[in-house]
Amino acid sequence: MDDKKIKISIRNLYKVFGDNPEVALQQVKEGMSKSELLEKHNHVLGLNDINVDVLAGKTTVIMGLSGSGKSTLIRHLNRLIEPTAGEVWVEGENILEFNEAQLRQLRQHRMSMVFQKFALLPHRTVLQNAGLAPSIDGQSERKYADEARRWLDRVGLQGQSDQYPHQLSGGMQQRVGIARALTSNSDIMLMDEAFSALDPLIRTDMQNLLNALQTELRKTVVFITHDLDEALKLADHLVILKDGFVVQQGEPQHILLNPADPYIEDFVSDINRARVLRVRSVMKKTPDAPGERAGEIDHDDTLESVIALSEGDTALSYRVMKDGAPVGVLDMRKLVRALVPSQQSDDPESARLGG
Amino acid sequence: MCLNEGCMATYDFLFDWMGLRNWCGDSGDDGGGMTSMSQLLAETSGEDVDISPWETPFPSMDALHEACPSFPQSRELTSGLEEGFLSIKDSLKVVVDPLTQPLSWALNEALWIMQTVPWFIMIPLLMLIAWSVARSLKLVGLVAICFGFLGFVDYYVYTMQTLAIIFVCALTCVLLGVPIGIAMSRSDRVQRTMIPVLDMLQTLPPFVYLIPLIFLFSVTEPKLYGIAIILYAIVPVVRLTDLGIRLVDPDVTEAADAFGMTKRQKLFNVQIPLALPNIMAGVNQTIMMSLAMVVIASLVSAPGLGVLVLRGIRSLELGVGLLSGLGIVLLAIILDRVTKAALARINISQSR
Repeated sequence: MDDKKIKISIRNLYKVFGDNPEVALQQVKEGMSKSELLEKHNHVLGLNDINVDVLAGKTTVIMGLSGSGKSTLIRHLNRLIEPTAGEVWVEGENILEFNEAQLRQLRQHRMSMVFQKFALLPHRTVLQNAGLAPSIDGQSERKYADEARRWLDRVGLQGQSDQYPHQLSGGMQQRVGIARALTSNSDIMLMDEAFSALDPLIRTDMQNLLNALQTELRKTVVFITHDLDEALKLADHLVILKDGFVVQQGEPQHILLNPADPYIEDFVSDINRARVLRVRSVMKKTPDAPGERAGEIDHDDTLESVIALSEGDTALSYRVMKDGAPVGVLDMRKLVRALVPSQQSDDPESARLGG
Repeated sequence: MCLNEGCMATYDFLFDWMGLRNWCGDSGDDGGGMTSMSQLLAETSGEDVDISPWETPFPSMDALHEACPSFPQSRELTSGLEEGFLSIKDSLKVVVDPLTQPLSWALNEALWIMQTVPWFIMIPLLMLIAWSVARSLKLVGLVAICFGFLGFVDYYVYTMQTLAIIFVCALTCVLLGVPIGIAMSRSDRVQRTMIPVLDMLQTLPPFVYLIPLIFLFSVTEPKLYGIAIILYAIVPVVRLTDLGIRLVDPDVTEAADAFGMTKRQKLFNVQIPLALPNIMAGVNQTIMMSLAMVVIASLVSAPGLGVLVLRGIRSLELGVGLLSGLGIVLLAIILDRVTKAALARINISQSR
């Protein structure tokens, strides 16, 4: 709770693709829809009034289907794409006012990026790829080798630093991609569908790797994905994009229990809720939990693990603990109800009205 | 109609209609013009000639000249072009001469070195070069056999001359062509203006640009054929450099941008290395084309195997022509195999 520092703040960001974006932007601000804009002016609305705060040391996941503008959005954070209007503040500086040199400085030292298709340099060894950032800075291979090797080891690529990218499998190439981002020593990591090109088992591995790195390093991660399961697994803060605007953002558990929009309801209805939902999201909060309880569970346990613990007995109720102190009570009946999307939340009406 | 003032030309009406008759002078004056057979026939028989619509001539310069003597004939156009070129020749020479002088020097030096170094040093040296580029013993053997054969039939000097010219010209092509290709890949406007020029260089018969070069430089200067070869052979390396850089995976260049590379770093550390297979394919083509041109350039005093080919044609020495032709083929095989082997080595090191 103490480190609610905002690292990146996106304010009123618009992006219109086309020959005359300024005019089209005016139309968008007057309320023209994406399809209407395409039909009447032949301009594509990429991003529509985006406002997102990225907290320091947290993982912010931006989720949306293809064409929702998520890849466009992440490229605004290091200005690989220039916005039509709006501001992007990084640690209190508006990067849209940066000149070339400042921008390069930002990209070299303060932000790193991991790409969907890995984008490694095929003519350089794994070690040289991992050391891309220091080598751009003018350091010799001998100088950055230790640092680069350390990160290669950390992501599980021991002893492969002399190989070329094409000799590695997809998963291993993306590990090099992550090591490259880590070696740059930047606080902010932008990950553009970093795991989407990998097969499911390896993707799970990589998600676990990222989570492990996050608990250790506390980088500010902005992660793009089209996969809700992945989003829920990684996110501290979830932003859902549709047609270039933010449909809903917030804590993933909250979005899951209170979808603001039929679009998100559709999304949410397909996932394994027992695995994603945590005890803290469905428990009844009371500081003291009197009476007989079947046992104690942690507030961060998944519902799945509680079901396993209770062996399916819905008559039980558990005491919920956080840091050794009781914080609430979980009734198994309530747990089961939370697994059914339509009547999950405490007050479904208000959630619906909010959308 | 034809009787009084000679024949009416087909396009008289055009000048009458435009009111240019005065500018033309007398209409239908046949004083200077040639008289056709049919006109002569008509005069002797005293009959009018009916020009059927089927025989209407194309409104060419000559046909129009017939109707209007002030209108220039086509041969005046060609002689005008010639005079125009000759009038700018001297000023053009002032600019071009010093610019191209290093080429003369380079060609002279290369020819001198290749002919002065004795064969027992030169052939092993060439084998060494083949080894360092291709790393293949088979290829080194091929080089030794080919040069051995050419030396054995007493064509060693000619071969070395041809090789010296190709070496200088291909190197110049690469030094000029790669930067031009890079400029083309970076700007669509440069590309749009360069492509017609390259198309022209590629399709213009090489004999055609030999002619103005002969006017511009004296035949004793090596740069005369040097420029002809370079103009002919530079096209593939320019095109393939442009293509190669444009084909570099945009994901990789985006990554280079995302990690804050400068434009120069991106060019030298990402774009050129990744475009290298294509650039090398261009270099291979450039070398092969300069070999083709070096034969034609012997028309304008380029030494080498081409001279022997020319001798074969001029004095119908079939044997000389065939043997020197075979020599050129052997040289082509060596140059092609060595550059292709280098290309293959690059490809292996970065195949994905």
